[in-house]
Amino acid sequence: MSAQPLPAVTGPTTIRRWTRLSGGFTSGFGLLVVALIFVPVALGANTVQDLTTLLTYVLMGVMWNALAGYGGLVSVGQQAYIGLGAYATIWLADHSVNPYLAMLFATLFCGVVAIPLSFLMLRFRGAQFAIGTWVVAEALAIWVSLDNALGAGTGTSLSQLDTYAPTSREHYTFWLTLAFTAFFIGALFVLLRSRLGSSLQAIRDDEDAAASVGVRVVAGKRILFLLAAAGAGAAGAMTLANTLFIEPTSIFSVNYTAFMIFIVLVGGLGTFEGPIIGAIVLYEMQSLLGNDGVWYLVALGGAAMAFALFLPRGIWGTLEERTGLRFMPLGYRVGRAKSAAAPEEP
Amino acid sequence: MTWVNDVIQGIMLGGFYGMLACGLALMFGLMRIINLAHGDIAVLGAYLIYVVLEHWNTSPFLAILPVLPVMLLLGYFLQRLLLERSLRSGLLVPLLTTFGLSIVIQNLLEQGFSPDVRSLGAQAGSVATTSWQITSQLSIPAIGALTLGVAIVIFGGLQLFLSKTHSGRQMRATAQDPDTAELVGINSRAVYARATAIAVAIAAIGGMFLAIRSDFYPYSGPTYLIFAFEAVVIGGLGGSLWATLLGGIVLGVAQTIGGQINPEYPVLAGHIVFLLVLLSPRGGLVNLRRVTA
Amino acid sequence: MSLLEIDGLNLRHGLLEAVREFTLSVAEGETVALVGANGAGKTTLLRAIAGAHRPSAGTISFDGADVTRMPAYRRVRMGIALVPEGRRLFPALTVEENLLVAAQRRRPGGWNVETVIEAFPMLARLRGRRAATLSGGEQQAAAIGRALITNPRLLLLDEVSLGLAPLAVEDVYRSLATVIAEGATVVLVEQDLTRAVAVADRVVCMLEGRIVLEGAAGELTRERITEAYFGLRRNQAVDA
Repeated sequence: MSAQPLPAVTGPTTIRRWTRLSGGFTSGFGLLVVALIFVPVALGANTVQDLTTLLTYVLMGVMWNALAGYGGLVSVGQQAYIGLGAYATIWLADHSVNPYLAMLFATLFCGVVAIPLSFLMLRFRGAQFAIGTWVVAEALAIWVSLDNALGAGTGTSLSQLDTYAPTSREHYTFWLTLAFTAFFIGALFVLLRSRLGSSLQAIRDDEDAAASVGVRVVAGKRILFLLAAAGAGAAGAMTLANTLFIEPTSIFSVNYTAFMIFIVLVGGLGTFEGPIIGAIVLYEMQSLLGNDGVWYLVALGGAAMAFALFLPRGIWGTLEERTGLRFMPLGYRVGRAKSAAAPEEP
Repeated sequence: MTWVNDVIQGIMLGGFYGMLACGLALMFGLMRIINLAHGDIAVLGAYLIYVVLEHWNTSPFLAILPVLPVMLLLGYFLQRLLLERSLRSGLLVPLLTTFGLSIVIQNLLEQGFSPDVRSLGAQAGSVATTSWQITSQLSIPAIGALTLGVAIVIFGGLQLFLSKTHSGRQMRATAQDPDTAELVGINSRAVYARATAIAVAIAAIGGMFLAIRSDFYPYSGPTYLIFAFEAVVIGGLGGSLWATLLGGIVLGVAQTIGGQINPEYPVLAGHIVFLLVLLSPRGGLVNLRRVTA
Repeated sequence: MSLLEIDGLNLRHGLLEAVREFTLSVAEGETVALVGANGAGKTTLLRAIAGAHRPSAGTISFDGADVTRMPAYRRVRMGIALVPEGRRLFPALTVEENLLVAAQRRRPGGWNVETVIEAFPMLARLRGRRAATLSGGEQQAAAIGRALITNPRLLLLDEVSLGLAPLAVEDVYRSLATVIAEGATVVLVEQDLTRAVAVADRVVCMLEGRIVLEGAAGELTRERITEAYFGLRRNQAVDA
């Protein structure tokens, strides 16, 4: 164990939420988002598409982490919303809604659909929740594949995007993906800094104890559930926009969950920064090895196992544990008042 | 009367699903591990039988005999080398490990055997094709009856093992309180490894029947995995082994009757029944009271 | 010749130090009582001796061998048995199965299922009952029996009187007296000071993870123990 025993803090104390480090990092993050806006203008078409894919991974990872890492809910069925977001976009576009507007509405739609689903699913924890969400996704996939208007089993495409020139299409898609990703990360950040954040920590530590002191457990989980559903829906819509053609078996595939598990566990479960790192790792592996087909997947699986064995807390989780650094102002720091060298405890 | 036929076919299908689910239930009940590679392990078993059959022209029921000890060893080392470490880091990490394993197995199988679809039905001989005609509307396929019979034997055997043998008692004790188990002299890691070995070997038997009943190819695993999970959860997570077989039967019947209503619906019907059972007040068929001392 | 030697032991619960620089020797055949308020570290200490809690510093030696890093199940075979706080019987196993499961790898000796039931006659009619259905006193008897059946050289007992009716406590201590009379080495944690002093050769008092008082049971007065227990005279030197 690397951490030292807690020293006693005596005398008047201060509580701080921001440190120089976290302040700097958060503003840096904001600047990065602004800088990314200029990517389509500055970089070539392939890069734009690749970055769109990367951002989609980040969004998926952050949302899955919101559920599993912060809410303690392991979902093996987020692909339900990925598929729903994509197919809702197509349905809306088929009904004369502007395709990009359709993506926005599809995202909202996923959030709305998640409301009744939350009443069903949030009764469960653990394995029942996990398998339950998976079966919901599978059932949705089959139901969609029986619908001929949506292309049935052979799939369908977002042909309405053909009205845009390819370059413009890629740019708009990138910007929308960036907007969605920034929005959902921002929303999660705000939620975690609010009272909900502390409630969630309490729920994670001991759900029954939290309930007994008045924490509204199910309400807290429900907010995460809805956010994650909408976020996954956005990722689905963006995947459609980026790849143009989808079919039920692939857009509702449990492989998306596998990617999300990889991203979050490799990056660091329950850390804010982790999924972003994990998404970059996954993306890099795909670029480096993607052309090798089978061996790429073996390497992916092997990497997953290696991380599980040797770095179970993920890259960021291990980093945080070893150094005690916190880049995001999500915790509370207890310090001595009127002292320049305040002791920092995580 | 065709409904009776469907129910009987469904029960036999359920025996197959129960068999596939058995190892999964064992690992989950004992270690709370959700083994995402379980379906792929069953398929691996099928491929190993295929390899044996390439060198020895006989039926799969005999070819599985040399495969079983291999699978036992595989399961043992899977636990000791891979899953044991993951267990220490909480319940989510084994998900990542088994997911990684699943991908590796699928793709190594493709590398080794090509993505071609195969079946072991031919080598199984007349068992795979015979049917007993009971009435004009009721026929019982031999393979279905055999699958159900073997499933019952496996579940019964495992239940006997758990209640009557030293090793089985150790397993039950470790499942109930791993910390105290160590304090009375039980090597919990060895217990876990034995359980995974048994789970993997049973998965191989499931794989054999899988390969006889239908086709298989390197990526067949996940399809059966979800059925196995549904069987376990329908049965209820209260800790009864027989409940898993019962869960499989409910699933099998649901799928068969759904298929009668519309040939495109069997799997969907299974999912719907699963969700209905999950949402029912008890949340599963058998929910043993949680006993605490 | 000391059977158990603990030297400079440090035990942590996460970042909290539960036991600090604990040093103790227990001779073969001795009975040592560990007393102290809740949170003094007694349970953690017993669990560390039994192998269920890893020390962050210090050593534990049993019969001359260093067992500090030895896993719990191997210590049972060396002769250390713990009756855990709260009994911790296997709830869905019957009393007999609880005994059998511990008996499987027991050391050679006089204890087996039959002799344990002889020593705790109340268990005779409870053999086939699931452990969760037993009363507190019955569970305690079964838990002690489960530890004894391994034929331990060192018996560790954690709060065996906790939650028991006075008559049940009487029964437990009567059986314990027999075990002690037969030469067992015992370290017990006990909240009831009278009982502790009555049954033990030596009393060790702990406070916030450290030893604050140690001495032969006959020589320590109730006042001194009470003071040490509550830390009333914290600055006083520890008596050897």
